[in-house]
Amino acid sequence: MAFPLDIIATRSVTVVNPQGFHARPAHLFMKLAESFPCRIEILKGNETINGKSILDLLTLGAGNGTTLTLRASGEGAEAAVEALARLIEAGFNEMPPTEGPA
Amino acid sequence: MKFSDFINVASIKADMQADDKPAVIRELVESLAAAGAISQDQVQGIVSAIMKREELGSTGIGRGVAVPHTKHASVERLVGTVGVSGIGVDFNSLDGDKVHLFFLLVSPPDRPGDHLRALENISRQLRDDTFCRFLKQARSPHDIQHLLDEADNNQFVS
Repeated sequence: MAFPLDIIATRSVTVVNPQGFHARPAHLFMKLAESFPCRIEILKGNETINGKSILDLLTLGAGNGTTLTLRASGEGAEAAVEALARLIEAGFNEMPPTEGPA
Repeated sequence: MKFSDFINVASIKADMQADDKPAVIRELVESLAAAGAISQDQVQGIVSAIMKREELGSTGIGRGVAVPHTKHASVERLVGTVGVSGIGVDFNSLDGDKVHLFFLLVSPPDRPGDHLRALENISRQLRDDTFCRFLKQARSPHDIQHLLDEADNNQFVS
């Protein structure tokens, strides 16, 4: 494990969009995470998942109001956590009233 | 949430013959209607809504799995079905692979939590290689239902 020497960045964020961390947000998150070279994880309760795996992201089942911890380690860790936190805090661009009925 | 909480077993399709995305979605939605899980007169609207959702980004999430879905006001509770394709279907999936396993979901607009829990259950079970492989090999609705039951009883994921 080379990680102890790496830069580690963490940040706590709350899911704010009404629909929560469903498939489209998971896809957006994964695409953004993949644009960074570092390892990216999300911690929820005592679970840790790979932030670059859509299957893992969907296992979070994180609804509106859920608090998640982002953790990145390696090159670009701080920028990655910052950008990913911003995506979640912006409600994955699906905040009302822009979101219409189904 | 367990598969038995939202999968309508009478509409499960094994050995699907549909070979493109619209045909797969139509076959599964029609199967839900034939089983009485959704109304016949809502089939076209639900198929269109699911196709519209696919335009925002494919729900083919990799590993040969897709979760086509939509919210729809005509359903009072979350309902879903499973389809297995032996030949595999090009679904513009995120990893580019053909899709063999379909979990199609229709949920009431005001129940985002149920939809999230269904996605959570599906993805958690499909992370297990054995479950994924057995499901792809299933050749009858009965085999598929049996595997879902085993998953519900924690035979694959602890």
